[in-house]
Amino acid sequence: GQPLGVLDGIPIAVKDNFNTAGIETTCASNMLKGYISPYNATVVQKLLDQGAVLLGKTNLDEFAMGSGSTDGVFGPVRNPWSYSRQYKEKSVSKSRSEDEESNWVITGGSSGGSAAAVSSFTCFAALGSDTGGSTRNPAAHCGVVGLKPTYGLISRHGLIPLVNSMDVPGILTRCVDDAAVMLGSLAGHDPKDSTTIQENFKPFELPDLTDVSKLSIGIPKEYHAPGLSGEILALWSKAADLFKNAGAKVIDVSLPHTHYSIVCYHVLCTAEVASNMARFDGLEYGHRSDMNESTESMYAATRREGFNDVVRGRILSGNYFLLKQNYENYFIKAQKVRRLIANDFVKVFRSGVDILLTPTTLSDAVPYMEFIKEDNRTRSAQDDILTQAVNMAGLPAINVPTALSERGLPVGLQFIGRSFQEKQLLTVAKWFEKQVKFPMIQLEEVKRLDHGVFQHEKSASFS
Amino acid sequence: PKVTAEVLAHLEHLALVDFRDAEGVERLQKAIQFADQLQEVNTDGVEPMDSVLEDRCLYLREDNVTEGNCAKELLKNAREKVEEYFVAPPGNIPLPKLDEQQTSLQGS
Repeated sequence: GQPLGVLDGIPIAVKDNFNTAGIETTCASNMLKGYISPYNATVVQKLLDQGAVLLGKTNLDEFAMGSGSTDGVFGPVRNPWSYSRQYKEKSVSKSRSEDEESNWVITGGSSGGSAAAVSSFTCFAALGSDTGGSTRNPAAHCGVVGLKPTYGLISRHGLIPLVNSMDVPGILTRCVDDAAVMLGSLAGHDPKDSTTIQENFKPFELPDLTDVSKLSIGIPKEYHAPGLSGEILALWSKAADLFKNAGAKVIDVSLPHTHYSIVCYHVLCTAEVASNMARFDGLEYGHRSDMNESTESMYAATRREGFNDVVRGRILSGNYFLLKQNYENYFIKAQKVRRLIANDFVKVFRSGVDILLTPTTLSDAVPYMEFIKEDNRTRSAQDDILTQAVNMAGLPAINVPTALSERGLPVGLQFIGRSFQEKQLLTVAKWFEKQVKFPMIQLEEVKRLDHGVFQHEKSASFS
Repeated sequence: PKVTAEVLAHLEHLALVDFRDAEGVERLQKAIQFADQLQEVNTDGVEPMDSVLEDRCLYLREDNVTEGNCAKELLKNAREKVEEYFVAPPGNIPLPKLDEQQTSLQGS
């Protein structure tokens, strides 16, 4: 027979906020437990048409709200690196089993399940979604490549929406070349999603860049955010030097409104959420309460039973910002600030910079026990600072795993490119990936199978 | 500005989601406080941005039916239905006022 396509036979995992025909799609929420999608999201259909094998739906924060993948109804996702030799070696241990239970670290979120699936070798690639960093954040914590495409490049039809003006399907793979292959299968106009651009998309193979002297790399100073770990700061600096020493032009740039992206996101996100969650009323699909006294009381009870605190909190906040008396001062104001943030990027790219280089996260993955000490909104506000502005501006960005931290956990760096210039972005990312030689995760169970696979871990690593 | 009980009730009614307890109300207060930081930014002369694709033309196609006829598929996911109708409880009955609601909630 003939192969169905470039992805024929490749195992893939899909985040559970993408509709998959005949397969339960829950968004990790009680509201959609038992909901069997009647259709495939366009991206899922495209993968299946290429012959990809859907291994399963992955866990996430409920309705993709969160930065830890800890707030879904199926429980938190554990970072596979918690069980790696690299992490265990570095943790001060008393007894093995005690450690594993209390020391395991989060994956980051909200596409934590997808990142963990790729990171632990259960599939070759996974789909995530990215609204504020939800693909890049867990990619960084799990040591995998996380690509956020330009808004409008990949169809959102079938992706249960969080923020319609910022959501994009995200791609998680083990290497940059794989991300390019996935992108090739997924990008392109979809008549079912009017927010996809109409230009023809040509899938590409990444060239092996050897000469970076014509590149101009921008280092935005605002990304030296409060709370950025010394380790990551040093790694970021080393990466900049790497480019400089290879002949590229590396310059300091400024994106002055970066600081406001979290507040702006907070308002715009809650407002869109208030609207997007309105469809869940129990009548046509999803959970329905037994309360039967009136339509409104049934809706209210259904929504109380179906949504967790995070979702309900955002709906209420969103409705507040959309009240007539608040609309101008909050919603419209946030939209104006959004333009300022997007313009910051336009100015920088217009000044001759090709790619921006920034950290992806403030630190390596924290233990779950520590992460849950702060509430979801606080955590999201802290963790999204380095990734959110990119969604405001709709630009493409990618996390490339760079090195292991002192605790033996992955740290990644982020490259941000110009709109629709994924080829240039991925080419630079691939060059960088080749320079840093990020080590392979050493999971006890996997090691037994094939020694040959682990050859390259012996070569010098970046840190 | 502290959120009045009137606004809280109004929000619960609009959102059809309840604050559940004082913690929920506190969460809203904090959210508003957080959002107030936006006022620090000077946005004189700046137009609000709806979409990053604002400079492009929307794709429009011919107004012809290309798919549909899947009533059976769609009805599968509804809990209460009769023939091709989704069944809702009686409408036009306003939600009880906040204090009445508390007592009815305590019951469920």
